[in-house]
Amino acid sequence: MHRRISAVALVAAIALAGCAKKDAPADLPPQPDNIGNPTPTPGGASNVPVPGSNADFLAQMNGRNVIYFDTDKYDIDATDQAALRAQAEWLQRYPGKRASIEGHADERGTRDYNLALGERRANSAKNYLVSLGIDAGRLNVVSHGKERPVALGSNEQAWAQNRRAATITID
Amino acid sequence: MKKFAAILLFVFATPLAAQDGGVVVPPIAADDDEPGGLQVTVTDESAWQDLGIAIPAFATNANVPTSANTDGTAALGRELARVITADLQNNGLFRPVGPDSLPRPEYPEITAPRWSSWQARSAEMLVHGYVRAAGDGQLTVGCYLYDISLRSELVREGWVVQPSEWRRAAHKCADLVYSRLSGESPFFDSKIAYIAETGPKDKRVKRLAIMDSDGANHRFITNGQSTALTPRYSPDYKSLVYLSYVNGNPRIYVYDIGTGQQRLVSESTNPTFAPRWSPDGKWILYSMAVGGNTDIYRVSAQGGSSERLTDTPGIDVGGSYSPDGRRIVFESDRSGSQQIYIMNADGTGQRRISFFGGRAATPEWSPRGDQIAFTHISGNFRIAVMSPDGGGLRHLTNSWQDEAPTWAPNGRIIQFFRNERNSGNASLWQVDLTGSNERRLPTPVGASDPAWGPVLP
Repeated sequence: MHRRISAVALVAAIALAGCAKKDAPADLPPQPDNIGNPTPTPGGASNVPVPGSNADFLAQMNGRNVIYFDTDKYDIDATDQAALRAQAEWLQRYPGKRASIEGHADERGTRDYNLALGERRANSAKNYLVSLGIDAGRLNVVSHGKERPVALGSNEQAWAQNRRAATITID
Repeated sequence: MKKFAAILLFVFATPLAAQDGGVVVPPIAADDDEPGGLQVTVTDESAWQDLGIAIPAFATNANVPTSANTDGTAALGRELARVITADLQNNGLFRPVGPDSLPRPEYPEITAPRWSSWQARSAEMLVHGYVRAAGDGQLTVGCYLYDISLRSELVREGWVVQPSEWRRAAHKCADLVYSRLSGESPFFDSKIAYIAETGPKDKRVKRLAIMDSDGANHRFITNGQSTALTPRYSPDYKSLVYLSYVNGNPRIYVYDIGTGQQRLVSESTNPTFAPRWSPDGKWILYSMAVGGNTDIYRVSAQGGSSERLTDTPGIDVGGSYSPDGRRIVFESDRSGSQQIYIMNADGTGQRRISFFGGRAATPEWSPRGDQIAFTHISGNFRIAVMSPDGGGLRHLTNSWQDEAPTWAPNGRIIQFFRNERNSGNASLWQVDLTGSNERRLPTPVGASDPAWGPVLP
């Protein structure tokens, strides 16, 4: 909130300073949603996540923080590439932030092999992010094997949702 | 563990002979180097199930208090017989009748059974026993096996135990009866480590737990705050090696059961999993994933630096030693799909042994050395066995997803866990090497990753 208010003030100041232009600045940030409400606590209770936080990352990614794989596969296809590019852009904007990539497998595999496969998938995502310029030291790889499914059925649709690598940033 | 003292071990050398209308019990064939794997020559399975064994309550010379039972040694005698009956019943080989359906023998009868009254019942074998409490609380338990038709004693043995270990004396007696009648090695006096599961499929709570082979003396080791997986008992029963997510990433710990302390097996922060012991307890095998590649490593059980055993770009995982410790069977997808390989204990001589269709995973070498159990994935996940050269494939189960077989200490029974479709609920099951007598092992809550320790000395 504070940033927004100050941004408004700043733009207004620039607009006034640039006297030659009579028009209003092309881009004004939108009005805060809660005009007239008491000032909310910083970084907290309101609807907008703090920029650079993991909540912000997830909101910006809008689902693209997760990439998906075919059975027993760990290659990055075109959809995955687009998602990882979006992740990389965010990570470039906040160069101090580290991220953890969690690899998963579906239930239709044995436990130990799936732990290895989960690591393979997370590692593929990490390699692609590194190839986009993200420093490898910022990226941590975790495998959950088949232990943390998001889709609970025993069918192809559920399994397809569980074969994934999910990136979260570390606050 | 108190040292067991055998009292007058007296064994009849001749096998059971047929009398008129008696039961012929052919011996189980020895395992020669049959390329086809184990051949079991019990030709008439019904003969086994007809072998009635009467197990009345154990007698006592004096009904005195004991910390093993609130009602004294006489009541303890009945409990001992109940444990033995349950052991022999779950095994599916015999038709035991327990103390609740039988008259109670007096103390002098234990060594001089009332033949005529037992012959009137439909049992061929008779188990008698006694329990005596010493001044210091220690219990002496004697166990006798009699052939009712022959009116003769087949075998006897005795043990001295602490009162808290009374169940072990019962398991020792059941082992004596079982091995004398079946020719197999004993296994009842052993413990099982496994993972207890509760909660919904996407938030499963997994705790390390241990119990006796019949499910008694159950104990949770971890509290469930972090996921625990794939435990293995050390051969001396003093420790457990297992996988924990307590640090966020999978790490392997050796947990000392006596002190409750645990230490890391490897300091590496890479994901490490699939821990296994060598049969002599000196080495721990584990798998580690580095940069998308998983390999099998070996580290001394005392700690120290690890030695890498495999180095292909594929996923090499698991690893189970042959009983002589000279070879290791493991799983690798270097050919493109999960298959089973054998190598020398130092990592040399790696070669594939599974050449049937589908995928093969989680291989485990039998303690007898003659079979390898594994998960065969071909549509369903089925428990299967083969000989160490890869021949003689036999399926033992046929459900949607059975996985991770481990062996009973006598190499004749396999334990695994079964997953239910959709709910993902898991339970422990056992099946004989012949593929028969599939039965559930009862646990307090859901259960997976069972591992059987050796017979306690």
